[in-house]
Amino acid sequence: MKVIEITDYCKRYDGVAAVEGVTLKVEYGELFGLIGPDGAGKTTLLRAICTLLTPDEGKILVMGKDVTQSIMDIRSLVGYMPQRFSLYQDLSVEQNLRFFADLFGVTEGKRERRLLQLFEFSRLAPFKKRKAGELSGGMKQKLSLSCALIHTPEILVLDEPTYGVDPISRQEFWEILRSIQKEKTTILVSTAYMDEADLCDRVALMHQGKITMVGTPEKIKASFHYHLYRLEGKDVRFLRDFFQKLPSVRSTQLFGDTVHVSFCKKPALSDWKNWQRDSRGNLKRWASQPPSMEDVFMESTEKER
Amino acid sequence: MPEISVKTENLVRNFGSFVAVNQVNIEVYQKEIFGFLGANGAGKTTMIRMLCGLLKPSSGKATVGGLDVYRQSEQIKRSIGYMSQKFSLYEDLTVEENINFYGGIYDLNQKRIQKKRDEIFFSLGMGDYARTLTYDLPLGFKQRLALGCALLHDPRILFLDEPTSGVDPKARRDFWEIIHQTVALGTTIFVTTHFMEEAEYCHRVFIMDAGKIIALDTPTKLKNRYKKKSMQEVFVTLVEKQQEKKTNPMPDSNDKMS
Amino acid sequence: MSLSKDRISAIARKEFFHIIYDFRTLFIIFLMPVVQLIIFGYALNLEIQRVDMAVVDLARSTQSRKLVGQFSGSKFFRPFFYQGRLDDLEDLFKSREAKVAMVIPFDFERKLQNETSVQVQFLVDASDANAAILIRNYCNQVIMDYNENRGVKLPLPFDLRSTILFNPELKSSHFFVPGVIAMILIMISALLTSITISREKETGTMEQILVSPVRPLEIISGKVIPYIVLAFLDAAVILLVGLVVFKVPFKGSLFLLTGLTVLYILTALSLGLLISTQARTQQVAMMMALLITLLPTVMLSGLVFPIASMPKLLQYLTYLIPARYFLLIVRGIMLKGSVFSQLLGPCFFLALLTLILLGVSVKRFNMNLER
Ligand SMILES: Nc1ncnc2c1ncn2[C@@H]1O[C@H](COP(=O)(O)OP(=O)(O)OP(=O)(O)O)[C@@H](O)[C@H]1O
Ligand SMILES: [Mg+2]
Repeated sequence: MKVIEITDYCKRYDGVAAVEGVTLKVEYGELFGLIGPDGAGKTTLLRAICTLLTPDEGKILVMGKDVTQSIMDIRSLVGYMPQRFSLYQDLSVEQNLRFFADLFGVTEGKRERRLLQLFEFSRLAPFKKRKAGELSGGMKQKLSLSCALIHTPEILVLDEPTYGVDPISRQEFWEILRSIQKEKTTILVSTAYMDEADLCDRVALMHQGKITMVGTPEKIKASFHYHLYRLEGKDVRFLRDFFQKLPSVRSTQLFGDTVHVSFCKKPALSDWKNWQRDSRGNLKRWASQPPSMEDVFMESTEKER
Repeated sequence: MPEISVKTENLVRNFGSFVAVNQVNIEVYQKEIFGFLGANGAGKTTMIRMLCGLLKPSSGKATVGGLDVYRQSEQIKRSIGYMSQKFSLYEDLTVEENINFYGGIYDLNQKRIQKKRDEIFFSLGMGDYARTLTYDLPLGFKQRLALGCALLHDPRILFLDEPTSGVDPKARRDFWEIIHQTVALGTTIFVTTHFMEEAEYCHRVFIMDAGKIIALDTPTKLKNRYKKKSMQEVFVTLVEKQQEKKTNPMPDSNDKMS
Repeated sequence: MSLSKDRISAIARKEFFHIIYDFRTLFIIFLMPVVQLIIFGYALNLEIQRVDMAVVDLARSTQSRKLVGQFSGSKFFRPFFYQGRLDDLEDLFKSREAKVAMVIPFDFERKLQNETSVQVQFLVDASDANAAILIRNYCNQVIMDYNENRGVKLPLPFDLRSTILFNPELKSSHFFVPGVIAMILIMISALLTSITISREKETGTMEQILVSPVRPLEIISGKVIPYIVLAFLDAAVILLVGLVVFKVPFKGSLFLLTGLTVLYILTALSLGLLISTQARTQQVAMMMALLITLLPTVMLSGLVFPIASMPKLLQYLTYLIPARYFLLIVRGIMLKGSVFSQLLGPCFFLALLTLILLGVSVKRFNMNLER
């Protein structure tokens, strides 16, 4: 059964389309990622699925029910964590968590088990008694996440859940998502981290209100049909600028202390030798590199810019 | 010897009995990109707020641009720019109005503001949003606007608290492009991030855990020292080691006890 | 330590945008006084009309009938003759058949002819104290008219005349229009300023301002200027409604009133500032502002209850209520045509209060994120 079925969805604000003709199906029990540049329309789409926005055109079915009609039914199925989810700043970490557990009617035994797991990821256990308003930015985000994850809804919709969360907690957060998925929950998540997109079962790439690609991360990465190389050298910024100017180069991107360069045509060894000379010894190493989600993302947004 | 731009000596900040920043000593040089890493709650924001004069240190010394944070915070404010972690521009005003306002409180004349505004619109790709209500901006564009406003008055020292959180990969690269251009003009940049590949773009990084320094060096040296390929690995190893120490105290300290 | 005009105007301009974009609040600001005027002007109308008056005429003479006639001739009273026992008069009050009773003695006519003073007894139902005072005053007025008709001049206590001298029609709207101006101005100014500052604390926008070289006095001035304008416009609206709809007389100088209104607005704004230095959230600011402005202004300024009839302790407290002084000023200017030299007292106190409030709030204005 399709858990979420979107057909030709359009949403306009003041005549400007935020989402335009989106058609998308999310399968039962899937961990589905939504990626795309800022302003692509991800939040609008997620809100629409959660019955918070009505469509200007098209249709959205959640578990076979129309979001414009069965609003209360859908809301009882869907757990939604908005991008800017505010907690009760004057309540303690523990009070916030208990409140949401009560709100969603989580049973006593299940609650303790889940709390343990959530504290493991959030590392908030030593701060149980601290007021939410006095937490650091990332700790607040982790608490919001914990509140959203305290129950196990049929469908979980998370809008940029790992915003401001540190790398270690992020890893553990994704482990929790996986374990929630095992309880037969369908998860829809938007993210700005491409390494997270790689962890999804399927991913949709949104751009300017439209979906440009859908598929497993492997399939999406396979769509990248340039020759990608990873370059190392003394001054990576110099290297990037140097390669950017070459006619056979499709694009260059800094990736930490390396440069990713994609070529339209596979360069020969002699080319590399020439470039090594021309770059005044800046080019030290190069190696063919399988594309990552981030390479695909950069490429797909570059196209239309 | 490069000029020192920010210096702290045994800087401490308590909240009640909780120590958020614990005896921190750093020296940041002019024209440096100083990266600031740490798990959530490590004390990064608290550090930056003390240096900007938003919080008073509990003890220790700190100077910013040679000025004392206790006594000369008024002068310090003239030369710094700050982008807070939580979005702090006016959501009920348009993008343009926000820029005009911040230009105004930094005493820029109309021509300067105009020029800066065009720069922001162009280099951050915000032109289409000039008359949009800030509330309606996508998260990534709010961050761009905040960065633009922090740069309006060409500060000598720029504090950026998680500027790239919630920003897409393409725009994150644009941000760093701007950071590099700004440094080239002689500005010192203090930046926190949770993106470890961005740590590689910094001249030196500073890793904090539970209020204490656990590492401070160039990314290359850190990677060599811990024999890791990336800053991501360095960070995870270092911080996890710290947190293990906390949960099961070191065996040798146990030995001493018995 | 020089203030920057540009910075102040940048803040003021921004504040102005906040105001005009939030048109719902703006709407309320201008609607509220009109609603208040209607409530006070009509619903809470304290004017007495057709008060039921039980008359016990023991004299049953021509003169006594004339006196009763004088009462029924005034539009304030509706006399009826009461035949029962004097001791049972109280029951009339209890059953609300009458609010006042007049007892004319046996020897009324005889004493009148001898030109000795006559005592006519009035019993007033004082369960509503304000109404009772008014009824007493009306009674006195009718008696005075009666004496005048008879061509006698009886010495009457001076204070009795002065209560009604400047409001001969005894119109309560004449009292309430100035009162509503005083109340609305302090509410809007104190409430709105305290909210705008605490809102910046709550949403975090204050953090960005505090790292800039702006001085506390610049923030304060910039924030306050738009509200002076707003409050002033609001005052003009109330005044206009008062003059046109309620036909309140305006005897004094508009110019003087304008100047002193600005002074009062400043007092109220400083009060708002002081509140905002204490409140961290909008909600707290709002509650504090209402507690400090609305209740004391209504109860203690002399707007509803005369200060002279309050317990001594409360009377001292009224010296702290800005509206007390402003009421004297507005009523003086509008109803009596007072000039500045006659209002020096209240002006002095108002200015003093402003300086103290402003001084304390500038000092307490927190330039960092500490509590
Ligand atoms: N006003 C406050 N009262 C009490 N504790 C506070 C207050 N502000 C911060 N803290 C505590 O100080 C510690 C450090 O917080 P800080 O905001 O500096 O962390 P951070 O390193 O910036 O984290 P993040 O990556 O999540 O932004 C946290 O444990 C936080 O709860
Ligand atoms: Mg922080």
